[in-house]
Amino acid sequence: MSDFPRWKAWLVVAVLVFGLVWALPNIFQKQPAIQIQANSGATVNQALQERVVSILAKNHVKSSKITINGTHMLARFSSTSTQLKAYSLIRDTLGDRYVVALNLASTVPGWLRAIGANAMPLGLDLQGGVHFLLQVDTQAVIHQQLQRFREDIHDSLGQEKIKFEAVTLSGNDIVVHVADEKNLDAARALISRDDAQLDLSTSRIAAGGYQLRATLKSSELQKIETSIIRQNLATMRNRVNQLGVSEPLVQQQGTSRIVVELPGMQDTAEAKKILGATATLEYHAVDENVSDPVAAQKNGTLPPEDRVYYNRQGRAYALKKKVIASGDELIDATAGIDQTTGLPDVSVVLDSTAAKRMFEFTSANVGKLMAVVYIERIPEVKVINGKRVHTSKVKQVVINASTIQGVFGKRFQSTGLSTQQAHTLALLLKSGSLAAPMNIVEERVIGPSLGQSNIDRGLLSVLLGLGFVLIAAGIYYKLFGLVADIALVFNLILLVAVLSVFQATLTMPSIAGIVLTLGMAIDANVLICERIREEMRNGSTPLASIRAGYQKAWSTILDANVTHLIASVALMTFGSGAIRGFAITLGVGILTSMFTSVTATHAITARIHGGRKLKTLSV
Amino acid sequence: MEIFNPNSNINFLSWRRVSIVISIVLVLASLGLILVRGLNYGLDFTGGVLVEVSYAKPVDAKDVRKALQTGGIDNALVQGLGGTREFTIRMQVSKVDKKADTVATKVIRALHAQRTDVSLKRTDFVGPQVGQQLRNNGAIAVIFVIIGIMVYLGIRFEKRFAVAALVTEIHDTLLTVGFYALTQRDFNLTVLASVLAVVGYSVNDKVVVFDRVRELFRITRKASSEQILNRAINSTLSRTIITSLFTGLAMGALFFFGGPAVHGFAITMLIGIVIGTLSSIFVASPLLLWLGISKKDLMPVTKNDPELARRP
Repeated sequence: MSDFPRWKAWLVVAVLVFGLVWALPNIFQKQPAIQIQANSGATVNQALQERVVSILAKNHVKSSKITINGTHMLARFSSTSTQLKAYSLIRDTLGDRYVVALNLASTVPGWLRAIGANAMPLGLDLQGGVHFLLQVDTQAVIHQQLQRFREDIHDSLGQEKIKFEAVTLSGNDIVVHVADEKNLDAARALISRDDAQLDLSTSRIAAGGYQLRATLKSSELQKIETSIIRQNLATMRNRVNQLGVSEPLVQQQGTSRIVVELPGMQDTAEAKKILGATATLEYHAVDENVSDPVAAQKNGTLPPEDRVYYNRQGRAYALKKKVIASGDELIDATAGIDQTTGLPDVSVVLDSTAAKRMFEFTSANVGKLMAVVYIERIPEVKVINGKRVHTSKVKQVVINASTIQGVFGKRFQSTGLSTQQAHTLALLLKSGSLAAPMNIVEERVIGPSLGQSNIDRGLLSVLLGLGFVLIAAGIYYKLFGLVADIALVFNLILLVAVLSVFQATLTMPSIAGIVLTLGMAIDANVLICERIREEMRNGSTPLASIRAGYQKAWSTILDANVTHLIASVALMTFGSGAIRGFAITLGVGILTSMFTSVTATHAITARIHGGRKLKTLSV
Repeated sequence: MEIFNPNSNINFLSWRRVSIVISIVLVLASLGLILVRGLNYGLDFTGGVLVEVSYAKPVDAKDVRKALQTGGIDNALVQGLGGTREFTIRMQVSKVDKKADTVATKVIRALHAQRTDVSLKRTDFVGPQVGQQLRNNGAIAVIFVIIGIMVYLGIRFEKRFAVAALVTEIHDTLLTVGFYALTQRDFNLTVLASVLAVVGYSVNDKVVVFDRVRELFRITRKASSEQILNRAINSTLSRTIITSLFTGLAMGALFFFGGPAVHGFAITMLIGIVIGTLSSIFVASPLLLWLGISKKDLMPVTKNDPELARRP
């Protein structure tokens, strides 16, 4: 038929092939598996594989396939029960040196994965797992920054001999109190020269004197917040990777929140310990002049530069407040066994500035005591006046106080921990400290049985929804209805293919979006068929009716779909979580349906009716 | 097969006074319900703890409540999940004094003490500040959707079409949300998404009618606005009803087989389809008439070009 060019027909075929291939991975069911990753010091290699095989063989657990993919090993099983049995066996035998995690392995054939065709990842509501939403407390960091500015201003005003009464911090403002205008102008000039990040404003106080208020510029504030979130995100990614969960999700949500989703995980306590806690080490000098720190503290003879710390056994130490090196100056930390004593230890590598400080300190203090303080921050929720308040408990423990044996800088070891503590500490130190503290504001656990039943229900409703519409359209529009039916099936395939290419997460709301798309995609065909019927009634020939039907319906279809698309785009940008998944499906569905309902049906119709003399149309 | 008489000529606009009065009454009733009775916000919005459990054998909700009370939990709301084996247990965050996981453990321990065939399906904990923000975001999304659509219609059609669509969209949204205030069904995030989907569906429906109105205005020489609007509604009537039936079928499948997670979504859509279809005919079209839509406003702009008018 002349009004349907050949290249367009080929385009339809090409898109159909693309849809079929890229939607295909989704029909391969995932297989229960166990993922084994090496902890510090261990490696995943052939020897480990043989070991795992022998562990399983000894206990008569059959695995279907064991493979090594780069840094991790994957053992597949035919059922969840054997997977669980193997999991506890392997985990207990391999011990702390490996991270063993439950996993769902892809069974998509290699040739499909080679061309980048992968199944859509399933949301937590479809496979079970743990979901956390963490609120980043940026205010704490901003306050710290302001405190630093306040001290700087205080010092530089003093150095420049500018007379001032006080420099205080009120809210997010640094307030400089001065007596007269001369000093006010001088202070203002000084601060604006030194600290370009601050916005300044002055005011006169009724009681006499002047106030100079300095606040962080909003651009600066934003910069700080962005960098905090970015660092926390990176830290969380590291920590989550250490948990050994397959396909974890760590994502920013809004301006100050981070979503963490751990599929397949059920134990929130284990996850929370790693996500919520922040741990760091501090190295302090021991003040050996204080013989009884507790008594000194009681009667006030403790030197002001000292502070009393306790170790696990409750023994008190008087330590210099000055920090020689701390956890955030650390490049690497690994847990291991001390060669000489055979006790667990943590080897630490410091960055250059801390290493220099450490070198200077140790060279001046060989033979004296140095203490390592372990600081852990554990989030807590308390109810104060009926409101939930997020606080944190800070645990400071001297884990080791030992004589400095020799001069060292960059590399050294800390002992005095249990094996478990050494591992946890090394992990927390390595995964970096958080830029700002975080609190869990949302937590969801979805059991695996619920996930499976959601998959079954979702699939059933998609198939039934599709079936109902197919039958109804076939009956009502006969041949044209059947053509529309083909287009609708094509649409479903294409929609799944596009969502798979984007690796959009499949959730229950997005399944609802798919069903809705199927219901609404047929609208374009209804419009076309009704138009063709109308044209036929007005006495046009069948071929002219088809042509006019497609032509006239097109502008309506376009307007209707564009407005609908606007709605889905707005949902995408504003919505979070559930809404987003739904909106993405809807938006993609609108686009694919415009192609399938109009272009694809036109191609098929042209193929059926083209070049034939027709008296009637089956519409 | 044809269900509708292709030559139907029902004078829909003759009922416009009645239909608009009914609409106004419904909108006021919905507003009243939303303001006075309020919505039964789901956990997503209010914050709190929700525990979903399932029993191997049927159990009475009363027994579940009793088991919770025996276990020292007496502020919980127990709801059946369409059966006698699955239940949700919900607690407000203000009454929760501990972390979510400890509360969940407490719940499951209390239930387990009474019956051993109980298992945990999922637990949700949502902090109160999350809910507040979501509610704001939801409202912003609704407003943004409505404005975006209005701007598009204003450009593609004419400002009167945009106004008519805007008013009808607000009407549809209020009525749909009003249904939730009336029935006190759980208004959660998925339902919010479906309310916005209703806006999308409804505007889709209006655009089809509007498109025909524009077309008829352009090709008809002599006819009153009322006649043209009536003809536009009549000639699109068959498609309006067939499409809503087809979409309704798909949503019906979701409603009956999709399970509790999408139940609210399907219900909202089913209601929204009815409201959206009726409002295209009985609200949007009379509004167009009253706004004084005329042939002149819809002729392509080039026709008014004096250069073109001078040509023979």
